[in-house]
This record gives sequence, structure tokens and C-alpha cells, in this order.
Amino acid sequence: MADPVDSMDNVDNVDSPFGLLAELTYRCPLACAYCSNPVAMGEYTDELATHEWQRVLTEARDLGVLQCHLSGGEPLLRRDLVDIVATAHDLGLYTNLVTSALGLSRSRAERLRAAGLDHVQVSIQADEPVASDRIAGTPSFRRKIEAAGVVKELGWPLTLNVVLHRQNIDRVADVLALADDLGADRVELANTQYYGWAWRNRDALLPSRAQLVAAEAVVRAARERLRDRMDVIYVVPDYYSRYPKPCMGGWAARQLTVAPNGDVLPCPAAQSLPLPRASVRVDPLERIWTGAPVMTAFRGTGWMPDPCRTCDRREVDFGGCRCQAFQLTGDAARTDPVCHLSPDHALVARAVDAANADARVDEPPLVPRPHRVRVPD
Amino acid sequence: MTAVDLAAARPRLARHVRISFDRTRQRHVLLHPETVVVLNGTGADILGLCDGRRTVAEIVTALTARYDSVPEGEVQRFLTRLAARRCVEFADG
Repeated sequence: MADPVDSMDNVDNVDSPFGLLAELTYRCPLACAYCSNPVAMGEYTDELATHEWQRVLTEARDLGVLQCHLSGGEPLLRRDLVDIVATAHDLGLYTNLVTSALGLSRSRAERLRAAGLDHVQVSIQADEPVASDRIAGTPSFRRKIEAAGVVKELGWPLTLNVVLHRQNIDRVADVLALADDLGADRVELANTQYYGWAWRNRDALLPSRAQLVAAEAVVRAARERLRDRMDVIYVVPDYYSRYPKPCMGGWAARQLTVAPNGDVLPCPAAQSLPLPRASVRVDPLERIWTGAPVMTAFRGTGWMPDPCRTCDRREVDFGGCRCQAFQLTGDAARTDPVCHLSPDHALVARAVDAANADARVDEPPLVPRPHRVRVPD
Repeated sequence: MTAVDLAAARPRLARHVRISFDRTRQRHVLLHPETVVVLNGTGADILGLCDGRRTVAEIVTALTARYDSVPEGEVQRFLTRLAARRCVEFADG
């Protein structure tokens, strides 16, 4: 009998992407200062039409995509979301809605359920209304909790997404208690990744080491306690890691992103890199995936500089994040400065030192992302 | 879970996990909120028998009708790995 799994963690022999992140719109009713959407949102207002998304989904399925994450911005602001979900479902894709839950009324939820939506991820900003609404920049907590209840009642698996940062990480025990009360099947506690607005607000968002140590102890205990009913995922803050994150499982290896205007990227942050654009409005997805410079620029290990080139971990973390390297050094082809072996590591160490300074009298101000859109109740 | 009581356990796909055939890869796959597991024919055969009623021991017996040799330890390891990733769960009793 042969080994019953062809590939679980490594996909060396598989050329096709597994997941599509469909960023349907960057419009959002929230104004979170940790948002990773591009700061220049004006370039994305010419959104793909329904039939264009349906073609993208069909081409993605043909390319081998199995999971479709419908995200944004707030995907519920797309009036055609039910049609998009129905198409994805009919193609056999596993469909996942990543939402603030504002606009997820019961009737909308029922229509999405009927269209075949598989899974819902609801963001909360904290465990209670005052802090959550302050971080979200708009009254939203109560509606989120109601929507989480609807998700469970309709029989979906519920994931709660919580982006952790300096202003809410001390509440992680309460967040986990709330998740348990809501009957969440999964909770994703993800330390902020510094792209888009979060990059602009990094110094106000980066937690101290003491905060992280305390939070990680809480998470470990909760994992043990809740093991039989809730999956607790914790995404470490890479600024505090010795090695960089294996960003996207390698550049254009497993996932692709389609932005609201049809731009195709290996990940949402890659819009920041000086690479030629590729768009589903111009080329078929398959041609872009296999040959567009934005996909091939850092695929594999051939592009790597020292110390990555000869590092034992080059196939483990793939040199880390290209967007972070570009952001911090101005050169996307350098080792991710998060890595302690990077010649640019001081850039990260300085930010960490500042977050841990004894005398931090004035907290840096948070700049909320401004793009607010009213959502009908 | 020890090897002894695993033989008596009754595995099934976890709720919300879907098994489907991917025509692009010509493989069965398990789909889960954040996971794709690509199976080969053997893996798909094992999971096809995981209905929450058969025990692991019974699944191994059923597989011997299709395969010349079925190492029970390997079937158990496969199911344990999938359980750790919350793709498979073991029904009580």
C-alpha cells in the first residue's frame, strides 16, 4: 500500500495554486488603523463587474484553485455577492467569506447559505463594545455579535478573526472567553502585519515584548483548555521572530490575489512593489499565473541574495516577505530584515527597541484609514 | 490516543470538511476552511470507509479486500495526522 497522502505540507510537485483571495472591494464601513489595504485606494474604485468576477472564478478553477476567500474591504458591500458565491459554489470551490459582518442581516445570510457559502470569518476588534468600536472607528460591535449568532444558527462553521496589536493584545483572555461564548469553531489571533495603513501606524501598533509574553501564555493555556471545541490559531508577530515568516508559502507558489480592479498579485501587499501590473481585464488568469513578471519575479529560489542563497532554511521560509524587504530597505530582492541573519536586521531591531523603551511618555497617534461607507442596517 | 484504543475508534470526516475530486490534479482532496489536503487513491479509499460506524480495525479489514498488504500502523498514522489537522474526528464508542 502506498503512502496515503501525496502532499500535505509541501507542494513541490504541484504547480497549480490552491487558493484565490478575491478582494471584491476596498470599500469598508470600518476605519481600522491596522488595515492592510493599500493606502492609495483611489486606484481600485473601478471594480470588476459581476460577469468579470464570474469569469475570474471559472479561470481560477481551471487553473486548480480549490478555495476561494471572498474578502476586501467589506465584501458584503458588493450587491452581487450572492451571485458571486453561487458561481464559486457551482464550480466546486470551497467558499469562505471574510467579513466585518456589517451588512450581514439574517435575510442576506440566508441567501448566502442557499447559494452555497461554506464558511464565515467575522472580525472583531476587541471583546467589548467600547474598545472594539474605538478601534473599528465606528459603532459595530453589537452588530458583529448578532451576526456571529446568525452564522451559528444557520449551521456555518464560525471563525472569529482578531488582529492583535499594542492596544488590544492585553485583552486576549477576554477575547478567547467571548469566542467560546459565541460558540466559535476557530479563532484566529493574528498579530498585525505591517502593510498598508498598518505600516503607516506601525509604531503605535507594535506591542512590547512583555505584552507578547503575557498573551502567548494565555493562548497556550486556552489551546489546552478548549482543545475539544475550538481551534485557536495564533499568528506570531514576525518582528519578534528569529526567522521570517514563510510568506504565502513562497512567492506565487500556492495562492493568488485578485484586487478589486482586476490586478493579479501573489499577495495583496504586492501592489506596493515596483513590478509591471497584470490584470484579468487584459490577460487570462492562467497566462498571468505562469508567465507574468509579477508572478515570476521571486518564484522559487533563483532570485535569492546572500545569506538566503546558501541558507538551510531557504525552502522553509523562502527568504521571508518580499513586500517587507522592499518596505524596509527599498529593495524587494533582499533578505526579509526580520531574519536575524539579514544584514538589514537593525531596521527591525530599532522598531522593536522603540516599542520596549522604558520611557514611552507619548504614545504615537493612530491614523485611521479614512475610507468609510455607510452600510444600511 | 494509544494504538490499542485507536483500533477500536470510529473515524469520520470532521464536520465542515468536504472531500471532492479535483480534475485539475486528478486527485481526491480534502477541503477545510484553511486547508487543502491532496490525497492519492489509497488515502481516498481509507477516507471513503470512515463513516463514523466502522472501527479502524474494520476499515483495515475492508482494505485488505482491495490491497495485497495493509499495514494497520500506517492507516492509524494517516488518520491521526488528519485528526491533528481537524480534518478527521473519532466518534465515541
